[in-house]
Amino acid sequence: MINTLRILTMLAWRNLWRNHRRTLIMLGAVVIGVWAMIFMTALTMGMVNDMIEDSISALPGHVQVHHPDYLDDPNITNLLPLPEEAIADRFRSAGFLAWATRIKVPAVLSSERESRGVTLLGIDPQREEAMSFVDYSAVEGRFLEGPDDAGIVIGRKLAETLETELGKRVVLMSQDPDNDIADRGFRVVGLFSADVQAYEEQYVFAGKKTVQDLLRVGDRVTSIVVLGDDYRDVEPVFAKVSALVDDGVTVSRWMEIDTYLGTMLRVMDGFVLVWVIVIFLALSFGLVNTLVMAVFERVREIGLMLALGMKPSGILGQIVIESMMLLVTGLTIGNLLAWATIKPLESGIDISVVAEGMAMMGAASVLYPQLRFEDVILANTVVLILGFFASLSPAWRASRFQPIEAITRVN
Amino acid sequence: MTAVRCVDLCKTYRQGDQDIKALDHLSMEVEEGGFVCLSSPSGGGKTTLLNAIGGLDKPDSGEVYIAGERIDNLSKGNLAELRLHRIGFVFQAFNLIPVLSARENVEFVMQVQGVPASERREKSLEILEEVGLEGLEDRLPSEMSGGQQQRVAVARAIVSNPALVLADEPTANLDSKTADGLIDLFKHLNEHHGTTFIIATHDQRVMAYAKRLVRMLDGRIVEEIDQNAA
Ligand SMILES: Nc1ncnc2c1ncn2[C@@H]1O[C@H](COP(=O)(O)OP(=O)(O)OP(=O)(O)O)[C@@H](O)[C@H]1O
Ligand SMILES: [Mg+2]
Repeated sequence: MINTLRILTMLAWRNLWRNHRRTLIMLGAVVIGVWAMIFMTALTMGMVNDMIEDSISALPGHVQVHHPDYLDDPNITNLLPLPEEAIADRFRSAGFLAWATRIKVPAVLSSERESRGVTLLGIDPQREEAMSFVDYSAVEGRFLEGPDDAGIVIGRKLAETLETELGKRVVLMSQDPDNDIADRGFRVVGLFSADVQAYEEQYVFAGKKTVQDLLRVGDRVTSIVVLGDDYRDVEPVFAKVSALVDDGVTVSRWMEIDTYLGTMLRVMDGFVLVWVIVIFLALSFGLVNTLVMAVFERVREIGLMLALGMKPSGILGQIVIESMMLLVTGLTIGNLLAWATIKPLESGIDISVVAEGMAMMGAASVLYPQLRFEDVILANTVVLILGFFASLSPAWRASRFQPIEAITRVN
Repeated sequence: MTAVRCVDLCKTYRQGDQDIKALDHLSMEVEEGGFVCLSSPSGGGKTTLLNAIGGLDKPDSGEVYIAGERIDNLSKGNLAELRLHRIGFVFQAFNLIPVLSARENVEFVMQVQGVPASERREKSLEILEEVGLEGLEDRLPSEMSGGQQQRVAVARAIVSNPALVLADEPTANLDSKTADGLIDLFKHLNEHHGTTFIIATHDQRVMAYAKRLVRMLDGRIVEEIDQNAA
């Protein structure tokens, strides 16, 4: 058994190098294929990661708690039943990476020239630092200083649209729970910028206490937002939060709140698999072709081995081993090449040239390729497993040769 | 004990719209320790007969027995097993695996049989020396002359002491001195190990040695000469 395996391996290896040129061409194809699989996956994953992390570690967090009706109708009447203090008591010592309570309602912001519908976020800036897309230090002017800050921070883009600027006054208008108009003048104390341009137009930040007073909701909030360690692994956080809150509220994962992002993540994961398989299909044509040619050239010696008493399975094994050797060699070089080309780029690729368009999709202008272990494993596994099956057919045909016909075949 | 028994073998090939009887109701028996030469004009059916005996080709009708066991209806796997362990082959057309050296070719059958490396090495070097190829052990077939390749093939056929050796023109391509050497080797194995030989040949020297001479024509045995007395 070991003996047979040894001779099969030896024959496979020598046969592989018998036609140098053909083997090298095929090897090159495998190397480039695998490199392309891993490299493209790393870029895609880097991009997705960036978008998602920017978008969700930002506002939605990983898990949120709301009044059951709030997600359909994000309205100030759909407040959480618990007062802030009670929420804080439960969440404070639960060990989340970060958590915060917010009031998030639709509002209209007006300058003396223009009005825009916006999403008003009443926040406690200290609590939000870990999960805001706003880089506090990059805010023009200043960010909010506490829950009872009297100022308002708006996006640069919105300021342009409203034709207002730092230090000017704007009027914020919304409704209180009794459907009465609640409005108040704010001074613009800070202008933030965001990687995602839409955010600059949509979100305005005010102190949570200030907003609670304005909307006459006392110490109530609309949302609890919790940030865990890994956005791909929200279930533990989800379970923990669910255990902390009473029935009668809705706990949601980020992909349920931002269905667009959730779908995108799934689409991108699927895209990676499709990409890997498409490259593999291209490779497998070459692989099968190479093997068919190799078998065709060796009809007589295959016949000889069968005639001398080697079992058909030995012939099958020989061809499959040869194919696997080719693939493993190609994979090794391809993986190294991918690693060598991705590593130097991990500090970021400047894609600002095309970033204008990308920013709309929620991508940053610097792309950080992400070489993930599981993607490398995926690419290698696909090539090995499918390559194994692809080589079975020529190998099978070779093993079915009639020894005498094969041995007397005139090539 | 009979080593090989063929009963009423028929094999017909179609060439164009002509039927060629490669074996025509042929029956033959070879005793254990026999040394039989098959001779015929080209196309007489020698190779076809050897293939039928070696389980490489199924006759259209008739029966083949090796050491009393019927083999013409065995499965592929069992036939492979039989060839591997009990028969040494020298083929007429093609004999050596191109990527293996002389020594590795000789070791091939033993290696598939599962003989340990050291024993293989010892036996193969010894037999290569006997067929006069010492020093050429590491040559690839493409680096050897036709006669040298032929000797490697013979060495492989006899190295693991099979009970039966089927050789198709083993001395073709050989000068008379080397041919005589091989014949002596066959003789030695035949006499000391009781190996049964069935050799298809045109070579007068081999025929001269054979204990029994079988002349064929168009798939039939036309003459059998017992030379034992000689
Ligand atoms: N695969 C085949 N297809 C068609 N005809 C065949 C085939 N093999 C052998 N024959 C025919 O069968 C007959 C016997 O052939 P065989 O090879 O047994 O003769 P042989 O005695 O070995 O001849 P040689 O001395 O030339 O080797 C020949 O007429 C040959 O043409
Ligand atoms: Mg012949």
